[in-house]
Amino acid sequence: MLRYALRRVLALVPVLIGVSVIVFLFLHLIPGDSATAILGEHATPDAIVQLRAAYGLDQPWPTQYVIFVGHILHGDLGKSIRSNVPVTSELSQRLPATAELSAVALLFALVVGMPAGIISAWRRGSVFDHASVVGALTGVSMPIFWLGLMLAWLFGVELKLLPFSARLDTGARFTPITNLLLVDAVLRADWPILGQTIRHLLLPALALSTVPMAIVMRMTRGAMIEVLHQDYVRTARAKGLRDRVVVGGHAFRNALLPVVTIVGLQVGALLSGAILTETIFSWPGIGRWVYESIQLRDYPVVQSMTLVIAVIFVVTNLLVDLSYAWLDPRVRYR
Amino acid sequence: MSTTIARAAPGGPARPAPAVAMPVALSTSIRSPLRDSLRRFFASGTAVLGLAVVLVFVLMAIGAPWITPYGADQQLLTDRLKAPSAAHLFGTDDLGRDVLSRVVFGSQISLRVGIFAVALSLVTGSVLGLIAGYAGGWLDGLFMRGMDIVLAFPATLMAIGIVAMRGPGLEMALVAIGIVNIPTYARLARSMALSLRERDFVIAARCLGASGPRLVGRHILPNSLSPLIVQATLGIATAIIEAAGLGFLGLGAQPPTPEWGLMLTNGRAFLLNAPWAMIFPGLAILLTTLAFNLVGDGVRDALDPSMRG
Repeated sequence: MLRYALRRVLALVPVLIGVSVIVFLFLHLIPGDSATAILGEHATPDAIVQLRAAYGLDQPWPTQYVIFVGHILHGDLGKSIRSNVPVTSELSQRLPATAELSAVALLFALVVGMPAGIISAWRRGSVFDHASVVGALTGVSMPIFWLGLMLAWLFGVELKLLPFSARLDTGARFTPITNLLLVDAVLRADWPILGQTIRHLLLPALALSTVPMAIVMRMTRGAMIEVLHQDYVRTARAKGLRDRVVVGGHAFRNALLPVVTIVGLQVGALLSGAILTETIFSWPGIGRWVYESIQLRDYPVVQSMTLVIAVIFVVTNLLVDLSYAWLDPRVRYR
Repeated sequence: MSTTIARAAPGGPARPAPAVAMPVALSTSIRSPLRDSLRRFFASGTAVLGLAVVLVFVLMAIGAPWITPYGADQQLLTDRLKAPSAAHLFGTDDLGRDVLSRVVFGSQISLRVGIFAVALSLVTGSVLGLIAGYAGGWLDGLFMRGMDIVLAFPATLMAIGIVAMRGPGLEMALVAIGIVNIPTYARLARSMALSLRERDFVIAARCLGASGPRLVGRHILPNSLSPLIVQATLGIATAIIEAAGLGFLGLGAQPPTPEWGLMLTNGRAFLLNAPWAMIFPGLAILLTTLAFNLVGDGVRDALDPSMRG
């Protein structure tokens, strides 16, 4: 297992180099002069010269790339052009907000998607199965930005049941520790804040979970249908085991493998979806930050965040691969 | 087509079928794979429903100038933010524009983006994938590493990044969506080429002196089409959602284009008092993508019944 893990980690190196090259080239995609585009047409020549020097834009491309990678390896993701705040310091504030939202969305997706998939496969052809299949198809076809708006309108505006912006009520006083508010509220034993955090999380997490939920449901159903036709399941049934034991104990464990893979891939969907969801629900995470930076033409932030999200995505996929190999030893020997 | 054939006796040549059918004669229907696939597709109620909805949107897109009650940009300033009524079935937006007319005109844009973006990914991805899969060796290795790198970025994020840097606009959104989805088709085409190049009919053609491009173009490509067509149909749905997402972020079509995502952004500002301005464009996106997904699932089941869910 250790050798397999090492091999997989080493295989990541060229991918990360490639990712850094693409992200580096992002700034050079800007039509015309990058420095002028970043600072705007009314920038003074001095400011343009300073920016070029700061980002090494006056150097040849290979030198610029080396400078860029050097900064990243030293944990320097640059500064926001607009606020002049280092990207890393803003990132430490915003990443927990996105992580919390994505984690809750993923939890929703698993809690609903997996049981629905299992029951659908178990009771194939039933009304529940048909309803789940239609629901899942609608889920994968759903524009989550529209669903988010609809949820905000229905539950926030019309029914006034749930808040639809920010992480806490206006005027709430709370000093976070990790900025994962669910964790912090528990650590500080501040139950009203915990309640507020949960209420604020519900709508954005529900919107963000729609597509992963549908995909998890479809994948679980497909994997379960395949497994339920295997000989060992038939044998278990022939032995007289109860259906619930066969499905839950024997079949589901083996159907879990492809589901693990698909769950890992959903991290990318969650991070991309966060840009849209956080924008709708004014969620102060990295998704909203990317959106705001695009609007303000704060290109270094867009560049850095693209890199951060890509690295999170790649590392998650690595962890999924490793967990897959851990769950199924055959993978290590392929 | 139905025909009666006589089975050859073991060790002997086939004899012509007798004029009068023998009681034990085998009656076999010889059908074309295409006809079989079409029969399976049209036997599926959901696939036909999806196709019908797609056709409705296509007709809407073609006939938009003639079937809409108002122009896409026609402003009736006395009718601003009007609720749905007989005069404006989907209501009006903040500039007094008829939402129904804009939704109908919007189908032109969404279908165009969906189809052209997928065409870009399909053609580029298939060519790259088939060449890499057939050639193998270092070219394939290089290709796979390149695809791994592109796939390290979530597709929507990559599209947002490209458009954010190059500047917003519908054409740029179309190109970005096309580019980020190339790896999906490339990997699919590569896997098909890898398996097909070892098949007897390809080896036979190679032995007969067929060149590499001919083998890929005449033998491997036609046999790789099924999964590519399935992926392309499903890909149109994804491309439409991605384009609407870019429009929603202000990176796709620009005002006053009646693009569905952009209409949602405008409608969002009037969430409290005019929800219809965003309900209907969103429903249009959902219906179109749902329809293309239904067609895609139907095409998949028709071309490869073993994949049926």
